[in-house]
Amino acid sequence: MEKTVEVLKSATVRFAGDSGDGMQIVGSRFTETSAFFGNDLSTFPDYPAEIRAPAGTLFGVSGFQIQFSSQDVYSPGDEPDVLVAMNPAALKVNLKDLKKNGTIIANEDAFIEKNLNLAGYKTNPLEDGSLAGYKLIKVPVTRATNNAVKDLGLTAKDANRCKNFYALGITYWLYDRPLDITMHWLESKFSKNPVIAEANIKALKAGYYFGETAEIFTTRYKVAPAKLPKGIYRNITGNHAAALGILAASLKSGLPLFLGSYPITPASDILHDLSSFKNFGVKTFQAEDEIAAICASIGAAFGGSLAFTSTSGPGMALKQEAIGLAVMVELPLVIANIQRGGPSTGLPTKTEQADLFQAILGRNGECPLPVVAASSPADCFMMMFEAARIACKFMTPVIFLSDGYLANGAEPWRIPHESELPVIEGEFRTEKEGYFPYMRDEFLARPWVKPGTPGMEHRIGGLEKQHITGNVSYDTANHEFMVNLRAEKVKNIENYIPPAEVEGDPEGELLIIGWGSTYGSITSARERLLAKGYNVSRVHLKYLNPMPKNLGEILNRFKKVLVPELNLGQLSMLLRANYLKDVIGFNKVQGLPFKASELEKKVIELLTEK
Amino acid sequence: METETTTNGTSEAAAQVKLTAKDYASDQDVRWCPGCGDYSILAQVQRVMPSFNLPKEKTVFVAGIGCSSRFPYYMDTYGFHGIHGRASSIASGLKMARPDLDVWVTSGDGDLLSIGGNHFIHTLRRNLDIVILMFNNKIYGLTKGQYSPTSEHGKITKSSPFGTLEEPFNPLTLALGSGGSFVARSMDRDPKHMQDTISKGKGHKGTAFIEIFQNCNIYNDGAHELYTEKDTKPDHTIYVENGKPLLFGAKKDKGIKLNGFRPEIININEGNNSVNDVIVYDETSKELAMIVAQLSDFEDYPVPFGVLYKVTKPVYEAQMEEQITDSIEKLGKGSLEKLLFTGNTWEIK
Repeated sequence: MEKTVEVLKSATVRFAGDSGDGMQIVGSRFTETSAFFGNDLSTFPDYPAEIRAPAGTLFGVSGFQIQFSSQDVYSPGDEPDVLVAMNPAALKVNLKDLKKNGTIIANEDAFIEKNLNLAGYKTNPLEDGSLAGYKLIKVPVTRATNNAVKDLGLTAKDANRCKNFYALGITYWLYDRPLDITMHWLESKFSKNPVIAEANIKALKAGYYFGETAEIFTTRYKVAPAKLPKGIYRNITGNHAAALGILAASLKSGLPLFLGSYPITPASDILHDLSSFKNFGVKTFQAEDEIAAICASIGAAFGGSLAFTSTSGPGMALKQEAIGLAVMVELPLVIANIQRGGPSTGLPTKTEQADLFQAILGRNGECPLPVVAASSPADCFMMMFEAARIACKFMTPVIFLSDGYLANGAEPWRIPHESELPVIEGEFRTEKEGYFPYMRDEFLARPWVKPGTPGMEHRIGGLEKQHITGNVSYDTANHEFMVNLRAEKVKNIENYIPPAEVEGDPEGELLIIGWGSTYGSITSARERLLAKGYNVSRVHLKYLNPMPKNLGEILNRFKKVLVPELNLGQLSMLLRANYLKDVIGFNKVQGLPFKASELEKKVIELLTEK
Repeated sequence: METETTTNGTSEAAAQVKLTAKDYASDQDVRWCPGCGDYSILAQVQRVMPSFNLPKEKTVFVAGIGCSSRFPYYMDTYGFHGIHGRASSIASGLKMARPDLDVWVTSGDGDLLSIGGNHFIHTLRRNLDIVILMFNNKIYGLTKGQYSPTSEHGKITKSSPFGTLEEPFNPLTLALGSGGSFVARSMDRDPKHMQDTISKGKGHKGTAFIEIFQNCNIYNDGAHELYTEKDTKPDHTIYVENGKPLLFGAKKDKGIKLNGFRPEIININEGNNSVNDVIVYDETSKELAMIVAQLSDFEDYPVPFGVLYKVTKPVYEAQMEEQITDSIEKLGKGSLEKLLFTGNTWEIK
């Protein structure tokens, strides 16, 4: 049968199966291959909080979505073109997102009565005609995989476990991807167990050949490489970028890096990464709890380290008192909060932006501190670096906000050379003459004096300090003075951050203003809107406290300001409070990022309403 | 790791000038209540500090919250007054980051064992080379008189007008159970013993935990009277010393004998008893330390003082440095440029 080749600008594929089916692994392989191939891309892993939920159940479904393109990609895509469903539950959970007329590659071997019951299907959807609106491709993945590896003498269990690579092989054929990158990966991953590597390679190839020879696929697709700026690229997740960012800050400041942390989803990867950087002199401490983690970091900051603590929402709540201490003792400290669905334990593996208030307004007393947020996985590198820069220059704790979506999502990153990164000032005072612990420089920062410096012994702590001397002071007028001073110190940072930039017309009908991980969805939505002739401008905030100096003025140049957030309107409230602007919130708290189409619809609604 | 290369030279020079107790007193007015046992602890610490021959700037006192935790303000060293219960954590981070520093924790029974209990046990099992001084007055003083985790069962306080319902911690068994490598007890009213115990703790390579019985003359006056007053002290205290028999009493005629695992009090001059029946203390025996630490849990038994346990264990921050050195040796000093460009990269031209 003749097969046609169709050229696409972009495509979105979602792999879905049991949490033990290896969907995250094949998703990552597809990502790696596409990145090598030169596509721009964005990924979105979506997995359950349970490590191995019971097989076949709806709540045990794990998914990995990737959008890859010959053009710029800003989000993992709204609706997949192709859904790989390894069992009935995976089909049931994901079908609602699939594009009309989209392709379903289903492992028909898994659509047995038991699995159908677990997924709540009364009849087999592969047979009952309910999928008529889609291109349904039934593949005996389990049998075909077993067949492919039968000569290797594997146990039934090991043989079965190769079926994810069989499915991957089919998608590689469908999108004309090379196999060798994944084959090399398998060889190196299973270098100590070459039989397993061989089995998976056989399964991968068998899947690929199935696409080629089976008379089911009539079309295969091509997505050409994207035209990205020149440079060397690698694929990077937000958490990995964050770990590299803080390490880079340590090396560019000459300050030894200390991380105090406690395992928590989805922040733990930062701890894992930094624990492996021993030959950079990085010290990592897995503490007994979140409080000990941050307090150890504060101790290390006192000792002259670039101190860092990483956590997620509930851990952040536990750290608040200690953050207040860091504000009071005015030591540099970077606190990373990889937000997840809350409140309480909430949705540990899902994304949300509902910790903005916690970051800006948390803690007892008047306790301001700088807050920055990354806008994409790769941006975690620079914003983490920036957090460290601000912390050291202004002698203050700084909160870095990311979220589950950025943390685990990946995108190609043009790698900066070490020499392109700015130097971070982290200087210690050793001059005894005229020294007082709470004297101020022109940035209102107090001097950083390391213990061990002779003649400059001093005591700091959480009690209110007398201006300049740093002695404990209960004087009421001094307290008010110091409260104002600490506020002014943070506010003054607005003079040392970039101004907000408007993309699109500097004034007009509608401005979209977002922060953090909504960057990609908003960008995609705006491109669609522009293509349809709607003139929409946007600002994306990376500095949440203080906000850029020119923001109020920008807001006032637009008739309407839309603020999309994955919370109930926290930035909206801050903008209203700070600038008296009647902004319009667009809010979603489903543990998922915005779809570009949702934003697009909302904007059109606003622009056409009378 | 890069450490204090610039200040080392001057530090050593400073160390050659013999310091005195006075050099360790800061310019701050001491604000404890007159008659508080804390004064004695401050005096003993200031007295022994010069004997360690360390430059003053290398020493850091870290505290949490409570009367005891004001201690760093009164020492003319580096100091950190943290938040309630977290002194051990702040000190741990500081010591990990800066193994060259001489780090001390001053804390109380409430700060260390209640709100800071979790950090306390974990700090002990990690065995950083620091000294923890716990001032035990069996009450919350700074908050004006509530029961603490060392208050005796049934204790009437402001927050327990009908008596407490809980058993107190025995800080020594808690420390031993947590894997502490140096566990000792002293008291505010025995300056010589306190100096000696603190010096031994300082000399220990690892976490030295020293409980100090301290009188709060405002909210729990006389809590330790039995052990501090001349007429009752001999029969109610026992001073353990490594290699010496466990004898007590005014005439040192009473001793502790083991009957199986049970300690018994005998009079060495009665019947067939002799000093040979009495336990000869071995500070490296955890079994013995556990038994002796629990003497105070039984009625009519004396309360032990001195170094109950001392053993050498790997020190946390030293191992931390070692992993770094090993890794550098194996992989070479890390290069950021190399690390950034690691893994699967591709070029867009």
